[in-house]
Amino acid sequence: MHLLGTRDLARDEAINLLDIAEDMAAVQEREVKKLPTLRGKTVVNLFFEDSTRTRISFEAAAKRLSADVINFSAKGSSVSKGESLKDTAQTLQAMGADGVVIRHHASGAPHTLATSGWIDAGVINAGDGTHEHPTQALLDAFTMRRRLHGGASRGRGLDGARVVIVGDILHSRVARSNVWLLATLGAEVELVAPPTLVPVDTAAWPATIGYDLDAALAGAPDVVMMLRIQAERMHAAFFPNSREYARTWGLDDARFDRLPGTTMVMHPGPMNRGLEISARAADSPRSTVREQVANGVSVRMAALYLLLSSERGEA
Amino acid sequence: MRERHLITGATLPTGERADILLDGGVIGEVGSIADAAGATVFDADGLIALPGLVDLHTHLREPGYEQSETVLTGTQAAAAGGFTAVFAMANTFPVADTAGVVEQEATLGRAAGYATVQPIGAVTVGLKGAELAELGAMARSRANVRVFSDDGFCVSDPLLMRRALEYVKAFDGVIAQHAQEPRLTEGAQMNEGALSGELGLTGWPAVAEESIIARDVLLAEHVGSRLHVCHVSTAGSVEVIRWAKARGIDVTAEVTPHHLLLTEDLVKDYDPRFKVNPPLRRTEDTLALRAALADGTIDIVATDHAPHPVEAKQSEWDAAANGMVGLESALSVVHAAVVETGLLSWADVARVMSQAPARIGRLRGHGEAIAVGAAPELTLYDPSAASVFDLDRLAGRSVNSPYLGRSLPGRVVATFHGGYTTFADGAVRDAGEVAVLAREAFDG
Repeated sequence: MHLLGTRDLARDEAINLLDIAEDMAAVQEREVKKLPTLRGKTVVNLFFEDSTRTRISFEAAAKRLSADVINFSAKGSSVSKGESLKDTAQTLQAMGADGVVIRHHASGAPHTLATSGWIDAGVINAGDGTHEHPTQALLDAFTMRRRLHGGASRGRGLDGARVVIVGDILHSRVARSNVWLLATLGAEVELVAPPTLVPVDTAAWPATIGYDLDAALAGAPDVVMMLRIQAERMHAAFFPNSREYARTWGLDDARFDRLPGTTMVMHPGPMNRGLEISARAADSPRSTVREQVANGVSVRMAALYLLLSSERGEA
Repeated sequence: MRERHLITGATLPTGERADILLDGGVIGEVGSIADAAGATVFDADGLIALPGLVDLHTHLREPGYEQSETVLTGTQAAAAGGFTAVFAMANTFPVADTAGVVEQEATLGRAAGYATVQPIGAVTVGLKGAELAELGAMARSRANVRVFSDDGFCVSDPLLMRRALEYVKAFDGVIAQHAQEPRLTEGAQMNEGALSGELGLTGWPAVAEESIIARDVLLAEHVGSRLHVCHVSTAGSVEVIRWAKARGIDVTAEVTPHHLLLTEDLVKDYDPRFKVNPPLRRTEDTLALRAALADGTIDIVATDHAPHPVEAKQSEWDAAANGMVGLESALSVVHAAVVETGLLSWADVARVMSQAPARIGRLRGHGEAIAVGAAPELTLYDPSAASVFDLDRLAGRSVNSPYLGRSLPGRVVATFHGGYTTFADGAVRDAGEVAVLAREAFDG
């Protein structure tokens, strides 16, 4: 079993994972946060791209399930000296990895790793290129579900929830994973971005596309998710400069103040305060940014549990 | 002692049944041949005889990238695919941008003896797109270069392209353009469309090809030059070329077998065997390309045979090399894409895979109709039942074929070059024998 994306995740599979994450979250409230579930299992965090936040979230998740964790960062390792993904995978295979959490700059690299036959381990995609970041979308959905339904979350989807995702859709694996997952869970998704930062053909996406943030916010959505905008995009003529971006597509104080008090403000982090999101919006009680981080550990525990305990079942 | 072959009962491209006598350096007789003393008899009942196939677009990789292919192994692949002549692209190391390199390639080809190797010269020094290579020196060299291409790179500078088009008129040359606007394809990984957006792969938009072709046909018209467009891959490009031809512009165009048969949805599993430049496109594009080949808008099929070592394809998609081997599978793929679908006859296949490429490349001794006095370049093809295309069908050094495991119709049964067999009974002929026969045939 692998978790490569949310595109092909069925509704009951997604809800099952979110429900297990609820169980994991309950454990996190105990004094002793550790479960013995994955004792003796080895999880490798294979990171070809720097991401301290995601790596430590997976590391915490694996350790709280009592797995042994090996962090394999491509920076400064043989990988940066030209070792191929295949050789790296075979090395991990030889070391007896049971699960591999992979972050890679190339879209599809986790898919290649999982289907190549180079390694038997289960694979979790921790973000690949501009393709998918399934655990981020799952933790976002988990966060939304908790805010909307509280203690009655279990077993539920996000039916009828209205979610506006704003920013660099073109390059965002978070946006893609969220679009597929939120639609599967029954939410209505609207994407808002400069036209340059939307893929050329999104006709088949289960989402509407708009260019006007104010119009989207006037609809009083349940969730506004702001995506990180990479400063280097402006050099490739995606938009003129950061001031114009912030004015047109940023969640500034004025826009934030016009939102209903019930609207959640989400951001996958790290944030560019003052660019895509104002400090006031980011720090307000409506912001879920810190909950997202905490929930990330629970969701990743659930993903690791499903990945590695199902393997145990097969054995 | 030159070989004599009596081929009996073959079906000519016209559909007539005939015996063919390959008599040393010439086709000696075509028709009903009672007997030919000393000839090896080859029963070709049920087989189609085609003039030896000519590939205007082959990457032989030598010098410089011999781990992928050499002139010897690449022409062995050619023989296995029914080809008797290949035009060798210039992106070797060193680049084929001087008379010395093109003469070396031609010499290696003659020595190997499996097919005529006609070098293509680079348009610009080192394929850098900055200054013209010594086009005249390559044309006047013993390699007799007439086709010039920076293939792999586009001659994107419009002024340089204009000058190149003009300059080669002096010796009846042609510029074969790799039409790819570089700025529009920075980091491009696959056809830009719905699927690229979903897979998160940087798009290679059709307009990046079409805009260069539009510019180049207008340049060719303005300076009265001859232009050839490599590996046309989009429906829009077909429209531009159709317009240019209607206007009387001297443009020819090629399509690869893979762009006739394969589509972008194969990229879904990120299998780098399907990574190629220009990328696999939509079904609509393959259909437009087939129609264009049938109505003459596209003149020829050329393989863009691009061998790569296994490690270049065993990787994540972004890191994988572009390209597919194509010589060995070309005829079966054309059979599947345009013959079985009723668009082309076997006479059309002879035109687009032999006669027209030889004419565009100004290559003598190839692409002639099967008739008395013609050069003894011949391919026998069994058009019957489909079979799974497997590793046994590959004869070059590299195995990056997108067709492995796929069922394809027909197979090449024998190839004759210079009057001797280079491929028969499912096997490439022994290299030592072929080298000796080649010396007798071409150096005598």
